[in-house]
Order: sequence, then C-alpha cells, then structure tokens
Amino acid sequence: MPSLRRLRLVLWGAVAFALLFAVGLTAASLVERLAPRLPSVGEASVGGPFELTTEDGTRLSSASLAGRPFALYFGFTHCPDVCPTSMFEIAKVLEEVGPAAADLKVYFVTVDPARDTPDLLRDYTDSFDPRIVGLTGTEAEIAAVARAYRAFYRKVPTSGGDDYTMDHSTMIYLMDARGRFVTGLGHQEAHGSKVEKVRRLLAGAG
Amino acid sequence: MTFDRRSLLLAALVLPAAPAFAQDGIRAGDLAIGAPWTRATPAGSRVAGGYMTIRNTGSEPDALVGGSLSVAGRVEIHEMAMADGVMRMRELPQGLVIPPGGSVELRPGGFHVMFLDLAQPLRQGDRVTGTLRFRRAGEVRVDYTVQAMGAGPDGRPQGHGH
Ligand SMILES: [Cu+2]
Repeated sequence: MPSLRRLRLVLWGAVAFALLFAVGLTAASLVERLAPRLPSVGEASVGGPFELTTEDGTRLSSASLAGRPFALYFGFTHCPDVCPTSMFEIAKVLEEVGPAAADLKVYFVTVDPARDTPDLLRDYTDSFDPRIVGLTGTEAEIAAVARAYRAFYRKVPTSGGDDYTMDHSTMIYLMDARGRFVTGLGHQEAHGSKVEKVRRLLAGAG
Repeated sequence: MTFDRRSLLLAALVLPAAPAFAQDGIRAGDLAIGAPWTRATPAGSRVAGGYMTIRNTGSEPDALVGGSLSVAGRVEIHEMAMADGVMRMRELPQGLVIPPGGSVELRPGGFHVMFLDLAQPLRQGDRVTGTLRFRRAGEVRVDYTVQAMGAGPDGRPQGHGH
C-alpha cells in the first residue's frame, strides 16, 4: 500500500509544519513582548527636525540647535505630579553637573497647546530653571515632533464639563550636538544615574 | 533605629496620646486619615495632588467619592499609573474604595485627590484646608501640609546625590 504510506507521510509532514509554525509564532510574540518599547541607545530613528514656538513667542527651528547637545521632554502644565517632579529633578541634575551644563537647554514641549500658551509656559518653566524652555505649536506641529521622537500622548476627557487631562510619555530625551538621540532619563531613574548621563552627553562621549 | 515594628506598635498601644500619633489622628466614624499633604506648585500650574493614608477600622467598605479645597475650584478622585514610560491618569467615577479592615494609600504616582482650578499657587510650609467626602462616613474636614515641590512619595524631600 505505497499510496497510503505516502498519504501518511504527507499528513505527518503537515503536522510537523503546523507545529514549527506555532513554535515560530510563539517565539515571535515572545520576542515582541520582551523587547523594550522605549527607544534605546543607538536607535537612529528617534528625533528629527522640528519647528515650534518658544515661550517668548519666537519660532525655533531644530536646525538652529546644531552644534550643541540639548534635552527634550513632552509634558503639560496641568499635570499634577510627573511633570513638576521631572522638571524639579532635571533642574537639580543641571545644578549638580555644574558649569558644564551652563548652556544646556531642556525643551519642555507641551502636548496641550490649547491651554499652554507661551506666557504660561515661560512662567512655569522658569519657576524650575531658566535653562528649561517651553515650546508650543499648532496641533499638527506638536503631533509631528512627537512622532519624530516616538513619544506618546493622548487627550482624556474627565467629568468636569469639557475638561480633560493628558496621558503622555515621561522620558527626557538627551540629544547630541548633531541632533541624534543618545539616551533617555526615566521618570523613576536614580538621580545619580541622570547626573552621570548628562555629564557624558556634555563630554561628547554619549 | 533600635525599635523594630513590633515595639513601635506596642509603643502605639501603650502611648496612645504620643504627639506623633496625635497629628495624623483624623477620625471619621470607622475611618482614620493619616497626615494629608500636597506639594508646592510651580508658577502657572493650576493643579496639584492630595496625598494621605486612609484606614478603615470598620466592617463595611467605604469609598472616597469627592471633596473640596479652599483654594481649588474643583476636586476629583484620580488614579495614576506608569506603563512603558507613559503616565496615564484617570478619574475614578465610582470613587476609591476603602475595604473594611484595610487601608489605602494616596501617593504620588498612584491614587490621589486631584485639585483643579487652583486660585493661587501652593507654597511650601503652608497649610490648606479642605474636605473629603465619603459614601458612608460623610464629609470630613482635613488640613493639608504643603511640602516641597520635589517631595517624594512619602511626603519627604527626595534625596539627591546618593
Ligand atoms: Cu490627577
């Protein structure tokens, strides 16, 4: 009965193929789940050109930042906890790094341009450190810079009439003198580690 | 510190009037509310979070459903969570349940009383008066101590440089 044997072989082959396929799928989804979703060191696609409005009402093009490292954060002034603590912390970090950080700018890009006017942003950022500079723009400009930096934000309505809050990424991006992403400072990262990363950024070693 | 937890507990039982325990002793029916605090706000910000511990010594669940603050236009009960580096904040429309025999901690990064439309900035060292509204225990008056802007989850300034 050679044909029956052949059929059996074909069936076993199909089973083996299905098994391999399942194993492959599981492995792929595992890899996806374990892989960090935040950009990591050396990821060339984080960052990119942007054009926004500063807290002084002037326009800022990322091209004008060439030659100097900078830091960038996405937040909003109606944030009760993470934004003020992050800005308070980065101000302390700059203070500890000392003169090397004298010219380092930390751009606070609002994800809530409807409420965060340039004037409000200036008051807000200056209460932490003059080196923190508020940036705003049109909805489209904010969306574009967030996309370039792979940052996440979303408007979430609350019960108080037409009030809302914002979900948003909390990382501070450290960008080198050529506008390339070097590393990020996490919201819960230890102070000493942040100081070290900023020092390395300014030393040009990344 | 030479005291372990048990001797502290014993001290608490033996010395119920000790000042450390008197200051966070807000009682409201079956609820004990510990040391409410908030943070100094940066210029321009019109929001802040209220933090405390609420213990339910009774046999029925209660829920924190609202409140007020003298300098806030509005108060909501919120939950915050961090996942994949993203901060998400949600209102708890059903309130925050305090289980019988249990306690719930309101702290930065987690549950908080959300103060909205602040009429003035909160300054470190100030005390601001408000109320908390519970489903069973009703309206309770609380005083929040305003801590530093960088105060950590325990209400104390976060150490830096170590
Ligand atoms: Cu909130």
